[in-house]
Amino acid sequence: MTASSVPLGHAAGARASLELDVVVRRDAFTLEVATEVAPGEVLGVLGPNGAGKTTLLRALAGLAAVTSGSIRLGGTVLDDATAGTFVPAEQRPVGLVFQDYRLFPHLSVRDNVAFAARSRGARRSDARRHADRFLDQLDLTDLAQRRPAQLSGGQAQRVALARALAAEPAMLLLDEPLAALDARSRLEVRSELRRHLADFPGPVLVVTHDPLEAMVMTDRLLVLEEGHVVQHGTPARVARRPATQYVARLVGLNLYPGTLVAPDGTVALATGGSLVATPAEPIPPGSTDVLVAVRPSAIAVHTARPDHASPRNVWAGTITGLELLADRVRVQVQGAPDALVDLTPAAVADLALRPGLQVWLSAKATEVDVYPDRPPSR
Amino acid sequence: MPWPLALTALVTIAFLLVPLVGLVIRAPWRNLGHVLAETQVVEALRLSLVCASAATVLSLVFGVPLAWVLARARFRGHGLLRALVTLPLVLPPVVGGVALLLAFGRRGIVGQYLDSWFGLTLPFTTLGVVVAETFVAMPFLVVTVEGAFRSADRGYEEAAATLGASRLTVFRHVTLPLVAPSLVAGSVLCWARALGEFGATITFAGNFPGRTQTMPIAVYLALERDPKAAIALSLVLLAVSVAVLVGLRDRWLHTGPTA
Amino acid sequence: MPRTAKPLVALVAVGALLTGCGGSSGANSPSGTSGSSGSSSATSSTAVAGTINVFAAASLQKAFTTLGSQFERKNPGTKVVFNFGPSSGLAEQISQGAPADVFASASTKTMDQVVTSGDAASPTDFVTNTMEIAVPPDNPAGITSVADLAKKGVKVALCQTDVPCGATALTVFQNAKVHVTPVTEEIDVKATLGKVSLGEVDAGVVYVTDVRAAGTSVKGIEIPSDVNASTTYPIATLTSSKNKATAKAFVDYVLSPDGLAALTASGFSKP
Repeated sequence: MTASSVPLGHAAGARASLELDVVVRRDAFTLEVATEVAPGEVLGVLGPNGAGKTTLLRALAGLAAVTSGSIRLGGTVLDDATAGTFVPAEQRPVGLVFQDYRLFPHLSVRDNVAFAARSRGARRSDARRHADRFLDQLDLTDLAQRRPAQLSGGQAQRVALARALAAEPAMLLLDEPLAALDARSRLEVRSELRRHLADFPGPVLVVTHDPLEAMVMTDRLLVLEEGHVVQHGTPARVARRPATQYVARLVGLNLYPGTLVAPDGTVALATGGSLVATPAEPIPPGSTDVLVAVRPSAIAVHTARPDHASPRNVWAGTITGLELLADRVRVQVQGAPDALVDLTPAAVADLALRPGLQVWLSAKATEVDVYPDRPPSR
Repeated sequence: MPWPLALTALVTIAFLLVPLVGLVIRAPWRNLGHVLAETQVVEALRLSLVCASAATVLSLVFGVPLAWVLARARFRGHGLLRALVTLPLVLPPVVGGVALLLAFGRRGIVGQYLDSWFGLTLPFTTLGVVVAETFVAMPFLVVTVEGAFRSADRGYEEAAATLGASRLTVFRHVTLPLVAPSLVAGSVLCWARALGEFGATITFAGNFPGRTQTMPIAVYLALERDPKAAIALSLVLLAVSVAVLVGLRDRWLHTGPTA
Repeated sequence: MPRTAKPLVALVAVGALLTGCGGSSGANSPSGTSGSSGSSSATSSTAVAGTINVFAAASLQKAFTTLGSQFERKNPGTKVVFNFGPSSGLAEQISQGAPADVFASASTKTMDQVVTSGDAASPTDFVTNTMEIAVPPDNPAGITSVADLAKKGVKVALCQTDVPCGATALTVFQNAKVHVTPVTEEIDVKATLGKVSLGEVDAGVVYVTDVRAAGTSVKGIEIPSDVNASTTYPIATLTSSKNKATAKAFVDYVLSPDGLAALTASGFSKP
């Protein structure tokens, strides 16, 4: 479909969906992902470094072959290990915005954006005219004559996006699109990028390790850890009910695996102790392996055992650390179970909290959510 | 600055420049115009410039693909091949000339067929000078450009591939421009080496005014007849190379994208 | 091999040009040069002992190497170090102060230059060398005479006209009334001979002695004596010599019947 002499417009307007079910092995590392992305949907791929996020993008872009399984885009097989099909990168209707942008240093912004059209045989003047549309769309017209070295990070990011979009791909991939930016331009670029991604008709994958980026820009999240999908769902759901400690830390929740021991919601925790929880959704019968999530701000700290036992959960612990976070203090407590607790600086001062101090923690059962561990998401 | 380094550098500068100063001081300035007006000198200079430039073009056309293969392809005997093709760097040029005769001479292993099939003999021809200079000078270009290909960021090539560029397009429009500064540097080295080539040229192509007598050969012969003229000729060669190198530097080496 | 030595000689000559004063005074040989260390170890200036440096034309290489070892055997305690090269290049080195005790030239012209500059006195002509046509062993162009060299399509290598073998070859052509256009003017006789033995040219005009020394790698075509030309080889001790006694003894040995026998065996003729 791309070897034709038609310069551009792979699939402009054609609404293809992505279906992938792949295993990619590299040395000792194995990536295993299966999912679908609908046209116009933005799938976030969240995971720590080394989880296989970039490996996934490279396989989708055709820069690496899958070991087994297949990748289909709108009915076209891009890679199928069994059938022996592999469409190389230059023939895939897939746009990739690299983390480090990789703008060609020897070409102007305009010629960078015109590169795809030139590669497909368009005349220089036609390619430039075509590029101008995308420069205009991304508000880059004023920078058209500049060299990449003369751009700010945010500008370079836009040029990289314009260059990828100008190839009119059927699918767009972004690798950590904001990672190379400083905090201030990140804020600005994030909302802008979200707008452009929303306009894109085909499937979009955004790889990130920044939870906020994932929450704001994506329709759906896929959490990768050590090459495997550990959670899959809407950003809101992933944030509320993390499936792993990694995600829980990212979204700032206390997360405890345990066993449901009583129908009222009493959970024996794997790390010791027990908590009484109130499931936000009914727990399917038969699920005994559960996860318990508690917001740090839902836990209270007492210097003496609270007598008026209105919270159902009370347990003892020792403060091991205090950390100031913007307007609150995060208190690390060692106990059964361990917990992170968010307090106001005033409360910390009133209670004279310090590392080594014995304290009592309490949490209302209604503030403690419980849900089945590793719901069969696939 | 650490003074041992500075001092050593100073000694080195003196070592490299004093001989040139000697040439300039001892040059027969009064007769210079006279010497340079000789047709044989003008012919030798013209021949030198033409042959060195032709050798550089040949080295680019054939050396750049070789540099790419050496930098990127992986195969058995890769290291050995690399060592072999860069051998002319260490081979005494005269030996190179003899080797060329044995290969492309009238009775050489390849040359005998060039002669009997195409009626083409390289020795004692201007083409032979170009071949000798290319043989000696091309490795300078290959080594320089190979290093550039090796260290060039492959990320740009991947980016170009995702934009639909074929392998050849990537090479021409991304890889080559990225290594442009090294291409220029390698070409300059190659050209300068070719311009000064003596041993392989006189051995393979011989000496005949207007056909194979380049400036270095003219200088050597003049040394036996008229040392003053030899100095004058050397001065001309020196001036021309300095002019070309400075010209290239202003034009290219400072404005390169990664310079 | 002699050809590899040429650029080195040039280098030495250039170096000498730049570092030496380049004047023509006879006393321009620096007393402290490395080459004189051997001769300074001689016990006295009248004893035949120690090292001497003999600068000799390239065509003398084979004969003089033999003569040198014979001389060393007859005069224990002596050592003869040779520097073979084109006569004009050697003369230039001598005038730039290179440490030499004896100079044997392939032409009277270059010897005259050395005498004029005061570096040598009273040279003696000791041999002559005539020319011969050298062809590859299979003689591909079927050369039989000097006139054949002028034929169209025959590739001829000559020495460049500034060295004696080139100048002498031109005299032969004048005598034979032919006009020969070479494909190459080689820097010296050894280079010319090399082009013949490799078969790159159909013929070269070189000294009889060179054809003799080349053995079976080339074939010689004699030039009739009525058109042949020769070059005369003069030899002299040098005024700057630090070991004049030994230098003179070596020159005397070259001129002796023993010396001449070795030289004629190599193809040289008596003057």
